[in-house]
Amino acid sequence: MKEISCKLLVIGAGPGGYICAIRAGQLGVDTVIVEAVKPGGTCLNVGCIPSKAMIHAADEYLKVSEMAGGTSPLGISLSAPALDLAKTVAWKDRIVGRLTTGVAGLLKKAKVKSVQGWARFRDGKTVEVETETGLQVIRAETIVIATGSAPVELPFLPFGGAVISSTEALALKQVPQALAVVGGGYIGLELGTAFAKLGAKVTVVEALPRILPQYDAELTRPVAKRLEALGVKVLTGAKAKGLSAKGDALLVEAADGGEQKIVADKVLVTVGRKPLVDGWGLEEIDLDRDGRFIRIDEQCRTSMRGIYAIGDVTGEPMLAHRAMAQGEMVAEIVAGHKRSWDKRSIPAVCFTDPEVVTAGLSPDEAKALGIEIKSSQFPFSANGRAMTLLGEDGFVRIVARADNHLVLGIQAVGTGVSELSAAFGLAIEMGARLEDIAGTIHAHPTQGEAFLEAALRTLGHALHI
Amino acid sequence: MGEHVIKLPDVGEGVAEAELVEWHVKIGDLVREDAVLAAVMTDKATVEIPSPVDGEILWLGAEIGDTVPVGSPIVRIKVAGEGGVAATEAEKPSGVQGTPTPDPSPQGGGEQPSIAVSKSDTSKAGKETAKAPTGSPSPLGGGARGAAATIGLPRPEGERPLASPAVRLRAKEAGIDLRQVSGTGPAGRITHDDLDGFAARGSAVPTAGLLARTEVEEIKVIGLRRRIAEKMALAKSRIPHITYVEEIDVTALEELRAKLNASKKPDRPKLTLLPFLMRALVKAVAEQPQLNAIYDDDAGVIQRHAGVHIGMAAQTPGGLMVPVVRHAEARDIWDCAGEVNRLAEAAKAGTATREELTGSTITITSLGAMGGVATTPVINYPEVAIVGVNKIMIRPMWDGTQFVPRKMMNLSSSFDHRVIDGWDAAVFVQRLKALLEAPAMIFVEG
Repeated sequence: MKEISCKLLVIGAGPGGYICAIRAGQLGVDTVIVEAVKPGGTCLNVGCIPSKAMIHAADEYLKVSEMAGGTSPLGISLSAPALDLAKTVAWKDRIVGRLTTGVAGLLKKAKVKSVQGWARFRDGKTVEVETETGLQVIRAETIVIATGSAPVELPFLPFGGAVISSTEALALKQVPQALAVVGGGYIGLELGTAFAKLGAKVTVVEALPRILPQYDAELTRPVAKRLEALGVKVLTGAKAKGLSAKGDALLVEAADGGEQKIVADKVLVTVGRKPLVDGWGLEEIDLDRDGRFIRIDEQCRTSMRGIYAIGDVTGEPMLAHRAMAQGEMVAEIVAGHKRSWDKRSIPAVCFTDPEVVTAGLSPDEAKALGIEIKSSQFPFSANGRAMTLLGEDGFVRIVARADNHLVLGIQAVGTGVSELSAAFGLAIEMGARLEDIAGTIHAHPTQGEAFLEAALRTLGHALHI
Repeated sequence: MGEHVIKLPDVGEGVAEAELVEWHVKIGDLVREDAVLAAVMTDKATVEIPSPVDGEILWLGAEIGDTVPVGSPIVRIKVAGEGGVAATEAEKPSGVQGTPTPDPSPQGGGEQPSIAVSKSDTSKAGKETAKAPTGSPSPLGGGARGAAATIGLPRPEGERPLASPAVRLRAKEAGIDLRQVSGTGPAGRITHDDLDGFAARGSAVPTAGLLARTEVEEIKVIGLRRRIAEKMALAKSRIPHITYVEEIDVTALEELRAKLNASKKPDRPKLTLLPFLMRALVKAVAEQPQLNAIYDDDAGVIQRHAGVHIGMAAQTPGGLMVPVVRHAEARDIWDCAGEVNRLAEAAKAGTATREELTGSTITITSLGAMGGVATTPVINYPEVAIVGVNKIMIRPMWDGTQFVPRKMMNLSSSFDHRVIDGWDAAVFVQRLKALLEAPAMIFVEG
């Protein structure tokens, strides 16, 4: 049995963990990181990055399909395209490979020692790792738990065979003929849309009255419209019941109470993610919990001294960039800097078609807090650049305080609006007022002009509407 | 949506411009009719500008310290309520009058600026309105000005401090709780400067040894302070001062004053030394009229005044002010005392009018208990003489056979040496000395 000691031990090399380790390494903290699979975690390996690769491939395929069908308004026509999904997946895997290798390289450059294997707490200062070469014991002054999350499994639809999680969906070698998606949240809709574009007949089953329930109806309307245009069938208020006896269909209790049978060769279950709190010895250290999550304070400290937790294991929103910011902060705290969580917004992007971006408070959230607001939206149908991209659906919406025009929230739905999240986040984090956005020159012609116009409109003098 | 443009009113006879010294509102504020919007200063009078309408402040047209020509727009107010009477009215005349131009020249002809100086004038103030110029509010300038009004305003309870990530990081590292820091930026945002200011004030943690301090605080010289600075510089650069100090035995005067105060009617003001000095001054300048004069040095003319209008330099919370006791020659000692009290109160309360603060022909300056032994008073330009009162002290005086305790007071007086010779100055002060040492002479005719 081998033993090593270090100042900082990070368990899990997902976005939160690897950022934490790199930053700690930069700051001269003697750091070890443990990862059971590959660096990059869910995000790089089976989440954000591969899904975006597949979504892009699906978009491209749909475009050329439309051109081949002679329906392209751009006047381009060509012969029918062919799809080799295995090659697409291989391309996606190369991207993932480059990124995970890159992360490993960055860790090495920051002089972080990487240990591959499954970690398990022995006590609050000691972790044992089952590596290929035997048991490795690591003693650390400070330990950061960054174990992440895993897809939620439904008891009546256990993963395996036709029932798949997002992980398997990203590695399919063939486009399923018919795909049933259980759960109309962002993961299900992103992947469902991609497979619909690749030619699958997709049905989405959502238990709540509408898709993307965390967003307001105004924001999700263009997405619902697009799903319909793509031929995706959306059953809201419907409950999945299980597989049919033959295993070739999903049984659903529809909103009206009647039973429906949805023929599908694959059933993708995307009903959420759960914190990964089992199998690594959490019971040995008995940390306070917040529901299923590990309870943390504004410095990501757990209830045990010297143990921090970051990322999905600590709660919503389960987003890579939240974990990254927490990881960076914890590394600096460990290095002796004074830091605490003071972020004003964690922007969120949903890569549906069209994309949805949110930062800060929605109009309803602001009102619920008792704040008097001003809010307006500017539609992309009045934006020149959006027209040239065939992306006139959607809008940018700003929520500001009525009294001093402080921007509280910015939402957008539209083609490619994910890139606007940077501007939205910056505006809120800097404490911008409507006048700040209105007084900033936004380059023409870009979709970002809709952001400027939304601010002007909220101030009562939009120029292009 | 109607919009009211408020222009700088004619705040005094012959006044072409005024300095903006205070904003009472900021952009976005809702104001009621008659609520004070701003204060402007001309010469030494401060005039408050009320709102003629209910509405929301859209735009402020000047920074504190700016000099604004009479008639130029200073505030735009959005008339509250959509489609209301005010809003409808607002749209109509705009077609006739056209959009207001930012031309700062005073309004010509009979057109009234749309603002009244006082409440009584409000009614007759024309409901002049104008359509918002295209792209109307100027958010950049407006933000900065709006911010000026929010300086030091505390955040409402429970509201998170507003600051950029860089400011938050600096505060964290410096151990500063941003909730304690007031923000001067737009919407109360805490700026780097605010943090610097807070740190400079808050870093008074005593440490061992002496510390070198390098911070420099910049204070804009505005309003009354700027007026004083300009006037003092003018007086000292143009007038070659001659200062003459003489001691006065005020034992008899103080006895008389005490007796008069003890036996006075209850409705009469308490007498200080000032009314006696004023009456003595009236007597002295009757013999030397060249001292009660205005020297217009640009025109090369001395205006000798028959009326004695005595400026009395008074310390106010805002700084030095000089209210004027007019026609001291026509006032008896009680009347002088009453007027002195009234003007001192008005000056301290900031309610002195422009008329009460101008038109003096000679000035008395006194620092009272802080009077010191001697001073070198600066002449209240364009006058030619100023009399400074120093502190009364009991001093041992030689009466020819022995030292006796006497109440002694020095007078430090300055004269414009261009037009007053040293001899005349000495004669004048000696005359004052004779009057004050034998106070009965003040009250005797001839």
